[in-house]
Amino acid sequence: MVIGLTHYLTLAAIVFAIGVLGIFINRKNIIVILMSVELILLSVNINLVAFSAFLHDLTGQVFTLFVLTVAAAEAAIGLAILVVYYRNSGTIAVEDINLMRG
Amino acid sequence: MIVQALAFYLFAAVLTAAALMVVIARNPVHSVLFLILAFFNAAGLFVLLGAEFVAMILVIVYVGAVAVLFMFVVMMLDIDFVELRQGFLNYLPAGLLVGFVLVMELILVVGAGSMNAGAPQTAVPAAPPEGMTNTEALGRILYTDYAYLFQVAGLILLAAMIGAIVLTLRAREGVRRQVIADQIARTPALGMELKDVKPGQGI
Repeated sequence: MVIGLTHYLTLAAIVFAIGVLGIFINRKNIIVILMSVELILLSVNINLVAFSAFLHDLTGQVFTLFVLTVAAAEAAIGLAILVVYYRNSGTIAVEDINLMRG
Repeated sequence: MIVQALAFYLFAAVLTAAALMVVIARNPVHSVLFLILAFFNAAGLFVLLGAEFVAMILVIVYVGAVAVLFMFVVMMLDIDFVELRQGFLNYLPAGLLVGFVLVMELILVVGAGSMNAGAPQTAVPAAPPEGMTNTEALGRILYTDYAYLFQVAGLILLAAMIGAIVLTLRAREGVRRQVIADQIARTPALGMELKDVKPGQGI
């Protein structure tokens, strides 16, 4: 019943896979895709904090703060782009966004 | 020790279930709420690991800012979400396959890593240094060794803030705005007009 590093890493792997699954099955809904990206970043944070705790090194938690910063900035910019796109085109369906022929 | 194990399994189970519901929920509002639940449980796991500051920051930043931002956007945009779910079942097998392969690979890697003799097997998470809270220890590292990175993180947030404001700011047509310069430049001579009204006639 002792909770070791492996438990945390496995949990983070499961959350990461759920995030990737979310990107795959919600191909049309960009809001849920952004939320899946947040889940993936959360699993990265779990990994960093777990290693930081078990290796007795606080640097991992410092980097968790930086990941958190970038995730917050990414969410803000992503949602702002989404709002502007919706205002201009009236839809946010991902497959309709092919203006750049990408 | 058994209490900690039970707490870990509780937080882990709720976190996994909430993450799954974020992905498969029909209504995006429910997705956002499950995302909040997932972040709360991750914060609980961080407390278990002895990282109280990061746990509190996670609750404040994610639940207080990011999830509310998502909620605003989901509720402000008038979108037919049922239409967006078309093809959900088409993508499900491929997604499940990729997710299953990914989680199996990662668990194999983790298992192989923990078989190493050099891997850390410490069961107890690190206690903070003597007479120091986790926040204080973190601050000592963050403001000395990582001071420049800390400043860069602030710059990233500033750039994101300015970018979001510039992207969403617009001058709409047909909306009358207050023009303060015109109001200040207005004089009594401009604002008043004297009329010579004849008796018994009116204007």
